[in-house]
Amino acid sequence: MSSGLLFACVGALLFAMGIAGVILIGHLLRRILAFNVMGSGAFLILVGLAQRNDVPDPVPQAMVLTGIVVTVAATALALALVRRLFALTGKLELPADET
Amino acid sequence: MKRFVVGSGALAFAFLLIGALLEPLMEPPSGGVDLRTAVAANMTASGVEHPVTAVLLNFRGYDTLLEIAVLLLALIVILASGIDTASDRPRAVNPILQTLARLAAPLMVVVAVYLLWAGAFRPGGAFQAGAVLAAAAVLLHLTGLLPSWQVPTLTLRWGLTAGFLIFLAVAAGLLTQGALLQYPPAQAGMLILLIEAGLTLSLGLILAGLFLFLSRDPGDDS
Repeated sequence: MSSGLLFACVGALLFAMGIAGVILIGHLLRRILAFNVMGSGAFLILVGLAQRNDVPDPVPQAMVLTGIVVTVAATALALALVRRLFALTGKLELPADET
Repeated sequence: MKRFVVGSGALAFAFLLIGALLEPLMEPPSGGVDLRTAVAANMTASGVEHPVTAVLLNFRGYDTLLEIAVLLLALIVILASGIDTASDRPRAVNPILQTLARLAAPLMVVVAVYLLWAGAFRPGGAFQAGAVLAAAAVLLHLTGLLPSWQVPTLTLRWGLTAGFLIFLAVAAGLLTQGALLQYPPAQAGMLILLIEAGLTLSLGLILAGLFLFLSRDPGDDS
């Protein structure tokens, strides 16, 4: 097993863990963190699979670089919305469904 | 009971996902497209010497154009969501920290400029340089030397949008070449450096703004 494939496998595990976290965790801050874990898993898969025979491919690397910056922006936006929710309701969880 | 069902369902889904992801990873498809040769064949026309920078700013320039637009959009939404009443943090700042921050901040600006310049031929570029600039601003803010930002002034607004506007202007000016962001090989290096300089400034300000606008305190009028 090459190191790139190992990265990709760890990325798949992180992605699944992140999805489980996003579904299971009610606390919004921790849910955002789980979402970031999910994103990191996707990046690891991209970068890991791209380096076959241990020679990196610049195209997925550039895509991951773009993705990281967009993730930072999305996380900041989510945090701003969570803070707004906290200021309005005093809670860090979404209101439960009535159904 | 409901939580248990949801939890076990999510875990089963996660395990299925792991299985579905791992299966193709173990035996990668054979007929894949190798983009490395395509990138390497066009490096001489890209205007830079580092393949990642060439992909980011030349071959897939529209990705980067959309990325800076997304960042700008996120900041605008954060500004539009309004000022909330954050708690007043006690500002007990150590003078040693302040002195160190005063020493580090100019060095970080130098590092940012170097990273921008080095992006042409080694790992580096506008994003890394912008991140270092933003980190310098956050460091100054955390040591109490830089107040948090309130409503952005006109200068700050121009600074935040400069990278996107320069990129957009270059893209519009090059539409005569036939395709979006198709640089003429002779001027490609110069255009990429111009775009990256604008991106560095704007990315630094936007990333710093994501922190400094969010950390504004109600009683902070500066």
